[in-house]
Amino acid sequence: MSKKDKIDLSVNFAGIKAPNPFWLASAPPTNSGYQIMKAFDAGWGGAVWKTLGMPTINVSSRYGSTNYGNSRMAGFSNIELITDRPLEDNLREMAEVKKHFPDHAVIASLMVDTRQEWEDIIKQVEDAGADGIELNFGCPHGMCERGMGSAVGQEPEVLKTIVEWVKQAATVPVITKLSPNITHITDPGLAAVHGKTDAISLINTVKSIVGIDLETYAPYPIVDGKGTNGGYCGPAVKPIALHMLKDLMQHPEISNTPISGIGGIETWRDVVEFILLGATSVQVCTAVMHYGFGIVREMEAGLIDFMENKGYTTIYDFAGKALPNVTEWKHLNLKSEVRAKINEDKCIGCDLCYIACDDGAHQAIALPTDGSRIPLIIEENCVGCNLCSLVCPVEECITMEKFDDGKEHETWHELTEQNRIPNTWNDDRAGGKGHYVPEPTEALKHKRKDKSGINNKAM
Amino acid sequence: MAEYKRPENEQEFKENFKQKKPLMNDTQAHIESSRCLFCYDAPCMNACPTGIDIPLFIKQINTGNKQGAAKTIYDSNWMGNACGTICPTEVLCEGACVYNEQDAPPILIGRLQNHATISVIKSGKQLYFPGEDNGKRVAIIGAGPAGISCACELRTLGYSVDIFEAKAQPSGLTVHGVAPYKISNEEVMAEMDYLQNQLGYNILYNHPISTKEDLKKLESDYSAIFIGVGLGKTANLQMTGENLLGVHGAVEFIEELRSKHSEVKIAQKVVVIGGGNTAMDAASESARLGAEEVTLAYRRGKESMGAYDFEYDLAVSAGVKGLFNASPVEIIGGERVEGVRFVKTEIVNGRLTNIEGSEFTVACDMVIKATGQAKQGKLLRLIDKLTLDEKTRIVVNSDTNQTTNPMYFAGGDAINGGAEVVNGAYDGKLAANGIHQWITDNQRQPKT
Repeated sequence: MSKKDKIDLSVNFAGIKAPNPFWLASAPPTNSGYQIMKAFDAGWGGAVWKTLGMPTINVSSRYGSTNYGNSRMAGFSNIELITDRPLEDNLREMAEVKKHFPDHAVIASLMVDTRQEWEDIIKQVEDAGADGIELNFGCPHGMCERGMGSAVGQEPEVLKTIVEWVKQAATVPVITKLSPNITHITDPGLAAVHGKTDAISLINTVKSIVGIDLETYAPYPIVDGKGTNGGYCGPAVKPIALHMLKDLMQHPEISNTPISGIGGIETWRDVVEFILLGATSVQVCTAVMHYGFGIVREMEAGLIDFMENKGYTTIYDFAGKALPNVTEWKHLNLKSEVRAKINEDKCIGCDLCYIACDDGAHQAIALPTDGSRIPLIIEENCVGCNLCSLVCPVEECITMEKFDDGKEHETWHELTEQNRIPNTWNDDRAGGKGHYVPEPTEALKHKRKDKSGINNKAM
Repeated sequence: MAEYKRPENEQEFKENFKQKKPLMNDTQAHIESSRCLFCYDAPCMNACPTGIDIPLFIKQINTGNKQGAAKTIYDSNWMGNACGTICPTEVLCEGACVYNEQDAPPILIGRLQNHATISVIKSGKQLYFPGEDNGKRVAIIGAGPAGISCACELRTLGYSVDIFEAKAQPSGLTVHGVAPYKISNEEVMAEMDYLQNQLGYNILYNHPISTKEDLKKLESDYSAIFIGVGLGKTANLQMTGENLLGVHGAVEFIEELRSKHSEVKIAQKVVVIGGGNTAMDAASESARLGAEEVTLAYRRGKESMGAYDFEYDLAVSAGVKGLFNASPVEIIGGERVEGVRFVKTEIVNGRLTNIEGSEFTVACDMVIKATGQAKQGKLLRLIDKLTLDEKTRIVVNSDTNQTTNPMYFAGGDAINGGAEVVNGAYDGKLAANGIHQWITDNQRQPKT
């Protein structure tokens, strides 16, 4: 038996059992029983049904995207509403899915208005076999104009009340889905916990305008010459989601509540990162809308390889392991120093590090005068900001090397306690005092030279 | 067995002479332009003889600004489209691309360039306008890349320009001397028309300048004269049998090919003599015309050839066989050529030496001499005070391309002895600015 065989991906998420933590988020890919059965067959462990409620009427078109260079859909926006199909059709299909996949998690996302409606619809989805309920308090477009979705997510008191109604009516576990369109995610997070939610999921989409059409001056997606704000998701929102997940997981009153991570998850690395910050299931939408259900193959294989390499058998073995390393700025070690190092054998001479540092950072990289294009780090100027290593297109060409001896440790917090922080405008304790910066007029020596000496009409 | 079947019609000709750098579609251009790193002080730009801001135009293509990209290209190089396809990009911009340093494929700069330029040429969009008429007239001898570039630049500066061209078409070797798989006649002419329509210089075709009287007339009618005469016919080998039927000069052979396409009759067995890029072209073209056997004979070793490696590889891929260290002694035959007699060579004490008794004959029914072009010394020597170097190249001031006779400026093959279209394009533009500076300075000086 190989180590791989010992790995058990199954989860028990607040009482909802699933063969693995890869779930589909409530979104267009879970619009029908057909799609969800296809997804389960492809390897997904759970699915949150596209939000049920009073059927809506949708517009055409519905999606927009942010492309970057040659990458499509680095960010994705939609203005589609909750289900526009009759409840009866959805429930019939839900029962059918559960019949074929009894061990997979089918969660009904719900969004209705009155307490009576909540009670009615909960009964119906439970009867259809739903393993859990997710409360859609996040949708930032359309539904919020009618007092639902993110309108609830942005009012912690209202949110708590509805969670309480639902908890009183439901017999299956309840997940509260939060909107990121709020200043402190812990406010609605805490309200959900106080309302006795069984679990939390986040993030829903971010209010956004993905772009403006330069012919019609209308925002994407364009509906008959006009547009509205959409909900932004996809790889671009992952950093926002990770941060909010961390905020909840580090909150003493919330951290015991299981959290399903959502936001730009596409690869096994994304999955591992969410789990390391405490998520114990993940929900995916954009990656599926881009690549289809088959994308789960890469996530699953990568997660298993990671767990095998690290010696984990379940995701609970490493869930939350990054949390102790996420701290406040004031507790970071001011004595730690890294500096850039360029591997000359790998350098291709694009000199992006040089210009990024000179124009965008700390003037700590020089170009050689011998005609070669391999730049040189000016060690005394390098503040270890990472920019050069980030712009470098060659893997492992610029590395950040530790420069301190590791013995000293001093934080802003400690300095403050000891009354040793700069407190006058020209304080000698200013971190950048004495750090070399060129004289302003040096800038004009870099004027682009016209190599041919021929007049250039563009100028 | 030959690689190529003899082309019987235009369609088959096009098949055999398929464009080496076909036009990229929008998808290809988008993907390719996305790969560009936008290097600082980009090596590609520094490797371009005309200094095109390559990272800028690639970024413009990537952001859907093809017209802006074309403007960036033409701002530096009036032969922007021709250079995209004809330039030996493998040893210029693309050869300098930093991706080569990690064995990643370089950006296909030439093809991206054409993607932008073809787009504006097809649209006919006017990117340039003649400058305000300054009342001065400049004569240009030769409508090749240097002459056309000089004319375009002068027009933007407000000069009236007449180009005197010996042949019936503009662009010089671009249409007469470049291999057909590098650029089509239609594509060359489309760019020529595009430029002339925007800038309105005159070209007097079939109007060679060849006598002292012609020159005197130009000197009295114009404020300055630009010499862009290029080179002449294929140089003689001074060898027995050179005048037999079936012996051709490479330049003349290619010129006929460019105009007659599939109507050019190629022989069964062809021997091409020479080791430069023109020899590679002639050999490759012979193969593509359906010759059974094409032998490329060079008197030195393969490594000493002047041709770029990729040009030799292209010829070999067309079915050409290389014959090295073989120096032609005599072309044999009765009325028609029947073969070439060679002697084997070796390097002795650093000198190329014939190996005695090693003569052998390669039977053939056609010989193409690609051993260099004659210079235009006859015409150039008619110009007063014009200094030529020992290789009959016009001596110029490299900042202005002014010759030793101040009213004459020069550029292209006439000053470099035979280089690329891109060098001519650079020279013409440089000379135009030199002319402008010289005329402006002359005006400022009070006449004594």
